[in-house]
Amino acid sequence: MDYFAQQLINGLVLGSIYGLIAIGYTMVYGIVGMINFAHGDIFMIGGFIAMISFLVLISFGLTAVPVILLVMLLVSMAITALYGWTVERIAYRPLRHSFRLAPMLSAIGMSFILSNFAQVAQGARVKPIPPIITGGHTLHEGATGFNVQLSNIQIVVVVTTMVLLALFTWLVSRTRLGRDMRACEQDQTMAALLGVDVDRTISFTFVIGAALAAVAGMMYLLYYGLVDFFMGFVAGIKAFTAAVLGGIGSLPGAMLGGLAIGLIETFWSAYFSVEYKDVAAFSILIVVLIFLPTGLLGRPEVEKV
Amino acid sequence: MLDTKPAFILKKASLSALVALVLFSLMIGLRTEAGPEGKLIYWTRFGDLATIVAIVFGGSIVIELLRQWIGPVGAAALVPAWLQKLMDFVGRWLGPALLGFAILVPVIFYDQRYILDLAILVLTYVMLGWGLNVVVGLAGLLDLGYVAFYAVGAYSYALLATTFGLSFWICLPLAGILAAFWGVLLGFPVLRLRGDYLAIVTLAFGEIIRLVLINWQDFTGGPNGISGIPRPSFFGIPLTADEDGFAARFGLEFSPTHRVVFLFYVILAMALLTNWVTIRLRRLPIGRAWEALREDEVACRALGINITATKLTAFATGAMFGGFAGAFFATRQGFISPESFTFQESALVLAIVVLGGMGSQLGVALAAVAMIGGFELFRGLDQYRMLVFGFAMVLLMIWRPRGLVGHRAPTVFLKQSRAISSDLVKEGHG
Repeated sequence: MDYFAQQLINGLVLGSIYGLIAIGYTMVYGIVGMINFAHGDIFMIGGFIAMISFLVLISFGLTAVPVILLVMLLVSMAITALYGWTVERIAYRPLRHSFRLAPMLSAIGMSFILSNFAQVAQGARVKPIPPIITGGHTLHEGATGFNVQLSNIQIVVVVTTMVLLALFTWLVSRTRLGRDMRACEQDQTMAALLGVDVDRTISFTFVIGAALAAVAGMMYLLYYGLVDFFMGFVAGIKAFTAAVLGGIGSLPGAMLGGLAIGLIETFWSAYFSVEYKDVAAFSILIVVLIFLPTGLLGRPEVEKV
Repeated sequence: MLDTKPAFILKKASLSALVALVLFSLMIGLRTEAGPEGKLIYWTRFGDLATIVAIVFGGSIVIELLRQWIGPVGAAALVPAWLQKLMDFVGRWLGPALLGFAILVPVIFYDQRYILDLAILVLTYVMLGWGLNVVVGLAGLLDLGYVAFYAVGAYSYALLATTFGLSFWICLPLAGILAAFWGVLLGFPVLRLRGDYLAIVTLAFGEIIRLVLINWQDFTGGPNGISGIPRPSFFGIPLTADEDGFAARFGLEFSPTHRVVFLFYVILAMALLTNWVTIRLRRLPIGRAWEALREDEVACRALGINITATKLTAFATGAMFGGFAGAFFATRQGFISPESFTFQESALVLAIVVLGGMGSQLGVALAAVAMIGGFELFRGLDQYRMLVFGFAMVLLMIWRPRGLVGHRAPTVFLKQSRAISSDLVKEGHG
C-alpha cells in the first residue's frame, strides 16, 4: 500500500508536467486544427533557457532560492514564448490556408530545426544542475522500512501546475482574449467578420502554449536535474498522446490525459518493467482510440458533406 | 499595395533582428558545458551572437526586397509560353530519360564506389517513397510510422537468415508478407480513425516497434542489433572471391564492385516493380477505390465501397513494399540496429512523398533524388545536417506546399483526360 501511494505521488507529478505540455498541443489543435509537432521541442528549449538562466543567476552570487526560481520562470517563459511566436510566424502562418499536410510537415521540419539548434548551440551532452529545491516530508512510515515520501520539489511542481491551470481556465473562459480564441476555434471567417483579429489571436495561442511548455521544461529541469537536446521528442509524443487521450481540443481533457499518461507510465515502471513503459503508454493510446475515437472528454466530430 | 519605402523595410528588419537577439541571447550568447568537476560552467559568445543577429538583419532586408520585386508580378508572367512548352516536353520525356540513366549508372560510374553506394541509397528511398505513396498519396491515409514496416522487413530477413540460414531470395517475399501482416495489424485499430488521430496512432505504432526491438534483447539483439547478415547471392552463386564465386564461374577477375553493381540492379528492379505494381493497381477497382477514399470517405461509403477492405489493402500493400525495402537494407548493410529505424526516417520518407506531389510517381522519384542527394551534399557539415534538413523542409513547404510536381492526371475520367492541378483536390484526410 505504501509503495502504491508513493507511485501515485510520482505519477501525479510526472502527469502534471505532461499535462502542461499537452495543453499547448490541444489549444493549437483546437484553434488551427494542426498538430504542432515542434511543441515538444519548445518544451526542451524552455528547459534549456531555465538551465542557462539558473547558471547566470548563480554566477552573479544570488542565493535566495525563491528569487532564483521566480527569475528563472519569468525569463524562461518570456523567451520561450517568443520562440513559440517565431515558429508560428515563420513556419505555420504562410501555410494556414494550404492543404492540411503542409503545415504538419513544416512542423516536423521545425521540430528538427529546434532540437538540432539546441544541439549545435549548446552541445550534445546532458546538462546536469545541482538540486535547487531540497528536502521533503515523510507522509507515512511503513512497517517494512519503506516510507512514503513527498519531496518539496514535487509539491512545487503540482502546485505550480494547478495555479497555472486555474489561471489559464480563467483566461480562456473570462477574458476578451479567451473569447476571441474560442470564437476563432468555432469559425475563423465569422470571427474575422465580427472584428476579431484572427492572426493576433492565433499568435497569442502559440505564445501561451509555449509559455506553458516553458514552465513544464523548467519543472522537468528541477525535478530530474538535467536537460538534453533530445528530451523534447519523447516528451512531446507523450504529451500529444495525453492530449489525444483526453480528447483533443479540450483543456481539462489535456490535463486529465496528462495525468493518466503519467500514472500509467509510473505504475507500469513500478510493477512491470521500466523498459516497456513507453510501449505501455502508446499501447493504451491505441486501445483508447479504438473504443473512444474522440478521447475521454472530446466532442464527437460531426461529419459534414 | 505594398509599402516600398526604405524606412518600412528597415523597420521590419530591425524588428527581426531584435527578435533574433532575444531568441538567441541565452542559447547562443552563452555556452554551457560540464566543467572538470562535473559541474556546469558557462562562457560567453557575444561575437557569435552579434554575427547571427547581423545575418538575420541583412537576411530580412534581402527577403523583403525580393518579395517586393517578385510579389506584384504573378508567377504565370514569370514563365513565358515557350518555356512552359519546353517544360511540358521535358516533363513527358523526363521519366524514360531518368530510367535510362538509372540503368546506365553502374556502367558510367563503375569505378566510383561512392556514387554507386549513393545511388543504391537513393533507390532505396525511391522504393520507400513509392511504397508510402500507396498509403498517403493514393489512399490518403497519413502514416507517420512507415519506418516500422521497413524495420519489420529488415529484422525478418536478418533473423530468418542468421537463425535458419535461409537465402535472400526466399526471405525477400517472406519479409514482404510479414510486413504486410503487420500493416493489416496496424490497419485494424485505425479503421475508425481519421486525419490526425490516424497520424498519431501510426507514429505510436512506429515507436512501439522500435522500443520492442531495443528491449527484446534475446530475440533482436537489443541496441547492439544483428550483425553478420548474409549478403545476397547471384541466384545461388555467391559474389565472393572463392573458386565457385561469381567472378570465377564467369571467368572474370574478382572485384568487390561486382556485388555493389549487383545490389544496385536488385534495388532498381525492386523499385521498378513497386512502381509498376502501383501503376497497375491504380487501374484496378481497388486502386480506384483508394483514390475515391482519398477524395471523400463519406461519398465512398454511400457508393457502397467497402471501406475496411480498401483501407486494409492500402496499409498492407504499402507495408509490403516497405518490408521488401527493409530486407534489401539488411542485406546491403550486413548489420542492422534499432537506430536505423527512428522517427526521422519516417519523416524523411513522408517528406519525399509530399514533396513529390503525393500520388505522382515521377515526383516521388525526383524528390528522393533531391532529398538524399541534398543530405549527402551536407554530410561534411555533420551536426548541421539535420538543421539544414529541417530548414529545407520548412522552406520547401512554404515555397511549394503541393510538392515539386503539383499536377497529376486522374486515372478515371469522363470523355476527355485533363491534367488537374492538385490544388483542386484534397488529400491526407484519412
